[in-house]
Amino acid sequence: MKIKKILAVVLSLCMIFALAACSSSIEDEEASTEEAGASTSSEGTIKIGGIGPLTGDVAQYGVAVKLGAELAVAEINAAGGINGYQIEFKMEDDVGDAEKAVTAYGSLKDWGMQMVMGTVTSTPCISVASEAAADNMLLLTPSGSAVECLEAGDTLFRMCFSDPNQGIGAADFIADNDLATTVAIIYNSSDTYSTGIMEKFTEEAAEVGLEIVATEAFTNDSATDFSAQLTNIKETGADLLFLPIYYTPASLIISQATAMGYEPTYFGSDGMDGILGMENIDVDLIDGVMYLTPFIESSTDDATVNFVESFTAAYPDQTAYMNQFAADAYDAIYALKAAAESCSITPDMDASTVGDLMKVAMTEITIDGVTGTGITWGEDGEPNKTPRVAKIENGEIVAA
Amino acid sequence: MKFLSQLISGISLGSIYSLIALGYTMVYGIAKMLNFAHGDVIMVGAFVVYTMCVTLNLSPILGVLIAIAFCTVLGMVIERLAYKPLRQATSLAVLITAIGVSYFLQNTALLIFGSDTKKFTSVVSISSVSLADGQLIISGETIVTIIVSVVIMVALSLFVNKSKPGKAMRAVSEDKGAAQLMGINVNAMIALTFAIGSGLAAIAGALLCSAYPALSPYTGAMPGIKAFVAAVFGGIGSIPGAMIGGILLGVIENLSKGYISSQLSDAIVFAVLIIVLLVRPTGILGKKINEKV
Repeated sequence: MKIKKILAVVLSLCMIFALAACSSSIEDEEASTEEAGASTSSEGTIKIGGIGPLTGDVAQYGVAVKLGAELAVAEINAAGGINGYQIEFKMEDDVGDAEKAVTAYGSLKDWGMQMVMGTVTSTPCISVASEAAADNMLLLTPSGSAVECLEAGDTLFRMCFSDPNQGIGAADFIADNDLATTVAIIYNSSDTYSTGIMEKFTEEAAEVGLEIVATEAFTNDSATDFSAQLTNIKETGADLLFLPIYYTPASLIISQATAMGYEPTYFGSDGMDGILGMENIDVDLIDGVMYLTPFIESSTDDATVNFVESFTAAYPDQTAYMNQFAADAYDAIYALKAAAESCSITPDMDASTVGDLMKVAMTEITIDGVTGTGITWGEDGEPNKTPRVAKIENGEIVAA
Repeated sequence: MKFLSQLISGISLGSIYSLIALGYTMVYGIAKMLNFAHGDVIMVGAFVVYTMCVTLNLSPILGVLIAIAFCTVLGMVIERLAYKPLRQATSLAVLITAIGVSYFLQNTALLIFGSDTKKFTSVVSISSVSLADGQLIISGETIVTIIVSVVIMVALSLFVNKSKPGKAMRAVSEDKGAAQLMGINVNAMIALTFAIGSGLAAIAGALLCSAYPALSPYTGAMPGIKAFVAAVFGGIGSIPGAMIGGILLGVIENLSKGYISSQLSDAIVFAVLIIVLLVRPTGILGKKINEKV
């Protein structure tokens, strides 16, 4: 027993020395090739962690975010990086699940990330945000739009609209364009994202004179059969069906409503983005569907045209992922770059120091990006930009 | 009219639950085990139909037939590889194995088809029926689902009650040991049960995804659980019980969604289940088991 213990101690000492030798030799190497820049060692890079669903029900969002972020990172690195340092970006999978997202956050912290771009969906984002706030880690979520995502602290920011913004924007747009006088809502009561938009939409609708004639709910566990809700809504004869939900249940709702002979105007939140990319989707069925989005591929402004070009060049086989999530992530990385440059972030700073500097810098920058021009952030972490509306016409997404 | 419409969609949903519940109830009746992988066999069936009809462009009937054949074989293979070696093990070990098989099927489907939801093309080509000036529209899927369920139920009852293998099955379900002594091949009967249950699962998968056309590797999980509840509701082990349990479950679910609260429908369904089980612990048609002293 005793011999074993001594052996263990000796062996572990050996390992420590061996490791120390390794790292010192790397430092030497680095010193000699200081100007080479491009990082083989991890010490010379600014580390940005990413968290999002790369598998699971909402993988389409996570994969898009990953591709968008990696595109921005590659461009920035090619152009010389942040303050002369290359960016290292690492994305961990959270399957859209809060617990897994916190685990992913932990493993990214172990990896040495200095700021986090994530998470992609709201529910995991709330959990990760409270961890990040406790660590004074700067968090910029590309698409977590629930209000609660930013409530835990002052190092939390977002790229997309918040839910209130979406609910209010949707109600205003519907009223301004006279799309409907009577509106019905189907929302997912087990999802923070959906419930948040529904509440603000309902409030704003009362202000702008839209009449909400039915509000129906479903949960994640009952997200296939909507015949009961639709039968009720059809009875009210609502002109417009507002769907603040993700595209999978939305596609089911639209096909079931059509099957029962009910054809209202459909208006969705940004979760509807991706419905056209569903495998084997019937484009006639979803013709005329409108939704809020910060990114419309067919837009002709410079930033969008550039983004579309470089995305297509970088991922010719994955253009289906070129959606608002990719655009949000792309802009998010550029926003982090702008903020990091204005407060001179270096690779040797720890996450908390970075957080202190960045939370001030984020409120001072102005970004012209794919998802809007002149985007600024308030101290509460909310971006300031106007919602845009996309419409599906003949299998194409156009600006409404 | 609204009530009728809610009722019909409830019956349609319930018919699918019934088809799935049949698989649970038959396997439980014969092998005394809960096959939690059953819901995922439905998903596999739906994916086979999807591959045949959408990717390879075969006719829907052919696609469904291939799916039935595939799932029948799959059911027998699962039984042979995962459950048969555990015939003498505790029921808990078998239950955990079933959960393992369920995850295995889900993850295999994830690997092959990816996680994104696919839009399923309906295998039913009958157009919908419009009654009372378009106030009541019954979709072709609903009509086919109800008819298919009834036909299968009748055929299965006849098979179990009148045919020789059916008789042997009932014998095995009553007393495995005695059945073996009478010269019945117990293993073959259990394999046959799995084959029939899985074949039905393929049909249920095709109908489920035709009515609710979104297909992902997790498609079978929730209907599987609901159908298990339906089987318990109707009296697990009883074939007509599965039918009644499934339809009642679907109707209660839909009516509570339509008239009480779309948020609380699941809670209401389970509350009804608890009340039924308090009054009739073996389910609606479950047999009372007399312990011999």
